[in-house]
Amino acid sequence: MAITEVERRRGQLAALSIAAVVIIVGVPLWWRTTETYRAWLPVSQIKDLAKLQLHLSADVEVVFARGTVTPEQQKKVPLTQTQDEEHTVDEDTTLRYRYETKYRTATIMEEDALKKPTAAEADLSLHMLSESPCGSLVVYVIPESSSLLPEDVNVYIGQRRTALVRISAQMRVGKTLEQLLAQLEPQIKQVLQVMSFSHTDITVALSDRVRFRPGNKESIADSMRAFKSSPGYEITFSLLNPDPKSHQLHWDIEGAVQTYIQPLLTKLSPLANFSMDSQTLYYTMLGVTPRFDSSFEAYTLNADSLAHVINPVEARLGSNAASSNPVLNFLLYVPDIRHSPLYIHDHRKQEVPSNAFHSPRWGGIMVYNVNGFYGSETEFPVHVNINMAKVMGVFLAQLRLLLGVQSLSPPPGFLVAPCGSTGLADWELDRLMWSRSVENIATATTTITSLAQLLDQIGNIVINDNIAQQVSSAVTSLQLAMAELEVGNLGFALQYSKEAILASEKAFFDPSLLHLLYFPDDQKFAIYIPLFLPMCVPILLSMLKIVSEARQRRREKQAKKE
Amino acid sequence: MKILTLLGLFSACFLANSINIENSAGQFFSSGHTNNWAVLVCTSRFWFNYRHVANTLSVYRSVKRLGIPDSHIVLMLADDMACNHRNPKPATVFSHKNMELNVYGDDVEVDYRGYEVTVENFLRVLTGRLPPSTPRSKRLLSDDRSNILIYLTGHGGNGFLKFQDSEEISNVELADAFEQMWQKRRYNELLFIIDTCQGASMYERFYSPNIMALASSQVGEDSLSHQPDLAIGVHLMDRYTFYMLEFLEDIHPASKTNMNDLFKVCPKSQCVSTPGHRTDLFLRDPGSVLITDFFGSVRKVELTMDAINLTDPIKQMEEKEKRSS
Repeated sequence: MAITEVERRRGQLAALSIAAVVIIVGVPLWWRTTETYRAWLPVSQIKDLAKLQLHLSADVEVVFARGTVTPEQQKKVPLTQTQDEEHTVDEDTTLRYRYETKYRTATIMEEDALKKPTAAEADLSLHMLSESPCGSLVVYVIPESSSLLPEDVNVYIGQRRTALVRISAQMRVGKTLEQLLAQLEPQIKQVLQVMSFSHTDITVALSDRVRFRPGNKESIADSMRAFKSSPGYEITFSLLNPDPKSHQLHWDIEGAVQTYIQPLLTKLSPLANFSMDSQTLYYTMLGVTPRFDSSFEAYTLNADSLAHVINPVEARLGSNAASSNPVLNFLLYVPDIRHSPLYIHDHRKQEVPSNAFHSPRWGGIMVYNVNGFYGSETEFPVHVNINMAKVMGVFLAQLRLLLGVQSLSPPPGFLVAPCGSTGLADWELDRLMWSRSVENIATATTTITSLAQLLDQIGNIVINDNIAQQVSSAVTSLQLAMAELEVGNLGFALQYSKEAILASEKAFFDPSLLHLLYFPDDQKFAIYIPLFLPMCVPILLSMLKIVSEARQRRREKQAKKE
Repeated sequence: MKILTLLGLFSACFLANSINIENSAGQFFSSGHTNNWAVLVCTSRFWFNYRHVANTLSVYRSVKRLGIPDSHIVLMLADDMACNHRNPKPATVFSHKNMELNVYGDDVEVDYRGYEVTVENFLRVLTGRLPPSTPRSKRLLSDDRSNILIYLTGHGGNGFLKFQDSEEISNVELADAFEQMWQKRRYNELLFIIDTCQGASMYERFYSPNIMALASSQVGEDSLSHQPDLAIGVHLMDRYTFYMLEFLEDIHPASKTNMNDLFKVCPKSQCVSTPGHRTDLFLRDPGSVLITDFFGSVRKVELTMDAINLTDPIKQMEEKEKRSS
């Protein structure tokens, strides 16, 4: 049966229309339905952030008391000077420090305050007169004749944001104001390094971006000791009683926490949220057996065995299951009656006065001896009321170290006032805020840039709208934080840096960024070929047939013409 | 004269001791880590894969014995051999012939069990991308000063590891996961141990710094099991892990054995397959890396030299009175 023209034409039309539908409708439909949704990310701004240029600005006010400047020098004061210092940490990170120094003379009320008998009282009354905003410093220059400072001390650093610098007589006689200021400058710089920020602190804070290669063991220890910046911390106080038959221990932990620890945590509240809990553990021994030392008539733990004490105890401590915040553990251990009294000895076999030790990024342990409560005719269990002031004094010192308040040894000729009852001086808080802001900014920028890189490399990951929004808000907060740091508003800078880090962590650790991770090309072919090949083969063949028939017809036509 | 020589000897001893103390203090801080984590994964289902669960549980026991607490171990077991219907001794998992050592014990804390052991969960644990409702014990909360030990065992092939007989993780995905951990600074140093057939293929694609890898066999070789137990009816352990555990039995928290000794564990004569290792990405020299840097948890310790003088008396709380009445 010969195929009629109509049927053949119908066949051609059918093949052509199927091909048209496949190409015009099918291919775009397949493309749209298999593409991954990727919301828009501010890639160019992220690239700008990858090259971090941090500008830190500190304000210093230098106040000259009577007797430190001559009348002709005094005419040129008040005066403002700005100094810039540039440091390049690596090819992606540069730092610029700006110090704005304002010079002026003291007011009458300040002169009265400086006439107080001791430096501490002078500090207190100066603080009553005016409170400096956080991030700024006031340095009072006092004459050599002043009796505020002892003989060998030239600089006194107070509990708030003031420092007293004693000028030596030869510094001011017969010199112009510029020469005097130039002579004062190294001392003021030293004060700034102690009370504000030093280059070492800032480079340590940048450790997320730049792997810090410190020179000596002390700086390695310092950088490893403090917890990394986190939006919240959990503090747990545990009382370990291995011998309840002999000791019945009472500790007023709630009152002690409220009186001694809470003021420090309230002062630190711009940095992070703190949550506290406490527990008592019975029948928990230390992992190490202490040895009896007859020269001290007591049991001793030497410094090397301390490292093995923590692990057996840690298994019993427990933690809050709901939060992922870092935990600081403070343990109070009362030794059992067979190993009482128990002292900790250092490498040189000397007794450690606080009888406590701490572990970097973990917490602290204090040993509390109760053998003083044993009389000649005591009946067990002995009732013991623990002296919480002594215990909390040690825990507070450990808490300061673990949170990053470094106890640096001041340069020679410096006298640092002991921190107040809150446990933290104002300038120590400023130091913490500087390093935390820089750390947050460094961490947030690395997180954002690595997230952008990751999303760029793996084309299969879905970027939802909420992730794009988090990334945008992180970028905005970072830019704001860096702007505030440049101006010197430390409080705002810290707040924006905290927002930046929260947003960037949320975006990076979003659970949805895991779905389509890796499909090798051969697997893609293996999936598509069984679906598309059976459909495409008849279409292709009929296309070829149409084309060959059309060519044949053209040849016939040409043959006919000739 | 004798007294002088005796005195000389004693003083030499003391000097040596004090030098030792200083050295160990220095060593504490040379490794740069403050905490240890372990992620131990057994990826096989079914009774005849008893040995993989026994492998993982034995490594879990050693790691706990050397000091890493349960809160820092993420243990993923795909099947429950202890309560399997075919177990002639229920609630036990043995690793030695003649049922010498019960590695299940009574304080095992399994974080991911049964069908929860999937490629997705494993990658989520490593990268930290867990839903916010995940409890603390199921998370890897490491930071930039954590040394992490990752141990994988199961059935594998050239470039992949089979999970639960239904899906697989490829070496590219694993390398990408480690790179994401590095980007977010979730580890200081990483030790990766894999005991499967063709295990060396799994560490071929790593490209992040500070990773050391060990595998039980090269590409093209099979890792073999060690010994069957006729009473239980299955093979109890794999050879590489068996000899590695014998090696670990001699390690105690204060020992100074280094990684070069671990590389020599299970030569071809004992293991039939050739174990391999990869250290080119690791920054320190393996000879200076202690076994306890990864398998144990030796804490750094500093003496607290100062205390704060607190003089205020404790504020009495009136609310306590109200609550008790």
